[in-house]
Amino acid sequence: MNLRYAAIKLLRAMITLWLVVTFVFVVLRLTGDPTQQLLPDDIGPEIRDYYRAAWGLDRPLWEQYLRYFEAALRGDFGISFRNSQPAIDLIWQRVPKTLELGLATFFCSLALGIPLGVLAAVWRDSWVDRLTMSFAVFGFSMPNFFLGILLILLFALNLRVLPSSGYGTWQHMVMPVFTLATAFAGAIARFTRSAMLEVLSRDYMRTAEAEGASRFRQVWWHAFPNAAIPVVTIVGFSLGGMIGGAVVTENVFAWPGVGRLLTSSVADRDLSIVQGIVVLVAITMVSANLLVDLAYGWLDPRVRVGGQERSR
Amino acid sequence: MSAETADNAAPAPKPAAARAGRPVGAWRMPLLVRIAAAILVLVSLVALLAPLLTPYGYEETDLLYRLKPPFWSSLSIEGHLLGTDKLGRDLLSRLLIATQVSLALALLGTLIGAVLGTFLGILAAHRGGWVDEVVMMLVDWQAAMPFLIIALAVLAFLGNNFYLFLALMGLAGWETYARLTRSLVLSAREQGYAVAVRALGARPLRLYGRHILPNVMGPLIVQLTLNFPQTILLETSLSFLGLGIQPPLTSLGQMLGDGRDYLLTAWWLAVLPGGVIFLTTLSMSLFGDWLRTRLDPTQR
Amino acid sequence: MSAVLAEATEPDEPRPLLRVAGLARRFSLPRTSLFGPRPELTAVADVSFDLAAGETLAVVGESGCGKSTVGNLVLNLLSPSAGSIRFDGEDLASADDTRWRDRRRDLQLIFQDSRSALDPRLTVEAQVAEGLEIHKVATAADRKIMVAAMLEAVGLGGDLARRYPHELSGGQQQRAVIARALVLEPKLVVCDEPVAALDVSVQAQVVNLLRDLQRNLGLAYLFISHDLSLVRHVADRVAVMYLGRFVEVAECRDLFAAPAHPYARALIGAVPAARSRRGRLVRPLRLEGEPPSPMNPPSGCPLHPRCPFATDLCRTELPALRPRADGRSVACHHAEASQADGLEAQGGSDASQPLKVFP
Repeated sequence: MNLRYAAIKLLRAMITLWLVVTFVFVVLRLTGDPTQQLLPDDIGPEIRDYYRAAWGLDRPLWEQYLRYFEAALRGDFGISFRNSQPAIDLIWQRVPKTLELGLATFFCSLALGIPLGVLAAVWRDSWVDRLTMSFAVFGFSMPNFFLGILLILLFALNLRVLPSSGYGTWQHMVMPVFTLATAFAGAIARFTRSAMLEVLSRDYMRTAEAEGASRFRQVWWHAFPNAAIPVVTIVGFSLGGMIGGAVVTENVFAWPGVGRLLTSSVADRDLSIVQGIVVLVAITMVSANLLVDLAYGWLDPRVRVGGQERSR
Repeated sequence: MSAETADNAAPAPKPAAARAGRPVGAWRMPLLVRIAAAILVLVSLVALLAPLLTPYGYEETDLLYRLKPPFWSSLSIEGHLLGTDKLGRDLLSRLLIATQVSLALALLGTLIGAVLGTFLGILAAHRGGWVDEVVMMLVDWQAAMPFLIIALAVLAFLGNNFYLFLALMGLAGWETYARLTRSLVLSAREQGYAVAVRALGARPLRLYGRHILPNVMGPLIVQLTLNFPQTILLETSLSFLGLGIQPPLTSLGQMLGDGRDYLLTAWWLAVLPGGVIFLTTLSMSLFGDWLRTRLDPTQR
Repeated sequence: MSAVLAEATEPDEPRPLLRVAGLARRFSLPRTSLFGPRPELTAVADVSFDLAAGETLAVVGESGCGKSTVGNLVLNLLSPSAGSIRFDGEDLASADDTRWRDRRRDLQLIFQDSRSALDPRLTVEAQVAEGLEIHKVATAADRKIMVAAMLEAVGLGGDLARRYPHELSGGQQQRAVIARALVLEPKLVVCDEPVAALDVSVQAQVVNLLRDLQRNLGLAYLFISHDLSLVRHVADRVAVMYLGRFVEVAECRDLFAAPAHPYARALIGAVPAARSRRGRLVRPLRLEGEPPSPMNPPSGCPLHPRCPFATDLCRTELPALRPRADGRSVACHHAEASQADGLEAQGGSDASQPLKVFP
């Protein structure tokens, strides 16, 4: 059963990746002459023909597709025409900076969102609960570019305590991380809250209470591990939103990461880089979802059984 | 059609609350939701009537009066309530038109996505088999990719134009409707009334159009109100990045993106459009949340 | 003995309205191992019967025996795995969707759960009119008259017709369901537990309504129920079903007087009313254990693990549903012994406890 589940999920992940790569190929090839799109406008027809042959565009479409696919498997997305380096190298240079931002955001969101969600559930309808829910709605509705600009206005331009943009010291990270983490932490808090509310209403919680476990122990030892699984899922699914948010946030704060490379490449129509980033994002998302799926499928029955046992 | 005459002869449908057997008092809105609803009505009116309200043309430049502050400053000038931007265009006029453009785009996009997603969801549930597999695979695929990235890639590959941009807005949320509709339809199909209508010999169009769709409309409308703010955020994000709505047309995101270069000297250029976006999405979220808890008591 | 054969050999016999032969339906279940075969559940196995115009055939049995599946198969709400259904001389198993949609005018159903059987968002009137609209019967004005007359006939005239389902009582809802099915003037109506969800006082009214309508409109009913006292009241013939098969088909009076199949005896012996008719008693038969899972039916006769008459023959060979001289058909190797045992010793068996067949 489990093996079958894992095999299906793996197969789906592969198909998703294949669809992304094919999508890029189709959009790129079937909408016009790639030399028109990939090369600058001001070159002569003989150079264009040279590239057409070099890229195999005179070949049949299926052969082009196979070549393209094989190159993509090797991580070869072509040369950036803007600065003549392999696209993949340019992307890799930016990855650590985005990861830095992403990981910091991730940990801050969890550190803020989970306790808030748990406390909101435990003290339901209290001011903590209301504050948490307001925070979640705020994070959901606040465009992160606007939040970033408000932060710059307040902390960089008026109070002058933080640098307005750029990369380097920890001070540079404060505002971007805060901007990104707001929406993410809100979503996690909200989800943790509803997962906890459900767990707290189950029978074994009443048993734990009857056994005289302290409230702290009841909540963190008995209830939270059972609420953790749905929370893991939402964390996985929120990754996409976070990647999108990172693109915008990096632009607001001039953070030299993949997101900023993407938007400048889109503006310049540097398509080698754009397709490389699209595939990279797809791989990230698919792996994350696969991990969440597998973790869920593997953990779920065991944890439930564990919960039942504790109730006796 | 005879179906319509029969409907007209029938008394007006009872409000949903009465149908669900809940006292009407439960529908009374909390204060916050009332404020949200009022803001939504106001913003919609502004968007609808924008061309009538603008004191100047939104493209009208006046280089003599650039970056003039709004009314609260002593430096403000007569006739420009909210001052002017870097090209001397009237900020109030631009804000009104931008609100219209952003809201219209988000509304159209949300509706396109809702119609497309609902249709595909019904199709998947109705046909089952490989049709279902393909639709659900597309749903998975779209859910797996951050849509902002897809949109950026498409804009890079195909270049920017208004209709492509609108299509992207429509594609943004279809998968949530498809997933939701599919599961709603699958359970509604097993309801007695659906089986009975099939047994009467109804064609799929009648079964889904007259019976199933009206019965699953509630959750779909809630989804609409929850998706709308997301579509606004997508449009304004892309326009903020300079990759969405292109000049001479304007949108709230584009105004905000332009305004951030003048944060130090004219912060209101960014903060006013940002404020409109935030208030709109916040109001819509609050309203949608309230609607959801009303319609579905199991949701918290 | 098979229906096809019977048709070929007796061409002069009046053609039945519905002739079902060798009907079967299997459901595949999710795989339990990665590459293993899909387990199958046989809900209906080899069911054959005829139903004449204006006749009521009741199908009785415990819940899960497949009786509702038979109804759904006849209506093509499920497609059969095997077998043929001839309705009015037409082979419906091979009819396409369009043909089926047309035929539905003659083949209607009445559900158990009337509340969910009505669309909550349309008035009763609109729902009763729907079938007429679908089949484009008459003009819009005539349809209104037909709907009003039908609603009047089921006792939902006047103001009630313009109400929504939630504004009606359970009995009224079931009347609306009946009106919706019968306004098309079908030839056959499948009634799947039509009154099970109603209060006992209302049950009688609805059953009488069904009988009156049958008399006036010449309907045939396939009446699916677990309620034997009800069946005894409405049925012309009764088919007793066990684990997807008909084990006994007989005239209603004969069956209740002297059930032949051991399972039929167990069912009927449990009905208090069956034990006092004409001074004769059907001695209840005590079956051992629970019905086996339809995923894993026993070899031979499906009843053998529970039957006191079971012999080695029963364990190996499936008894066919054989027509007998007295007009009934029984699928049992030892039917005569069972029947005789069931009728012996008047009054002597009161000590034995009636079997609780229904949960």
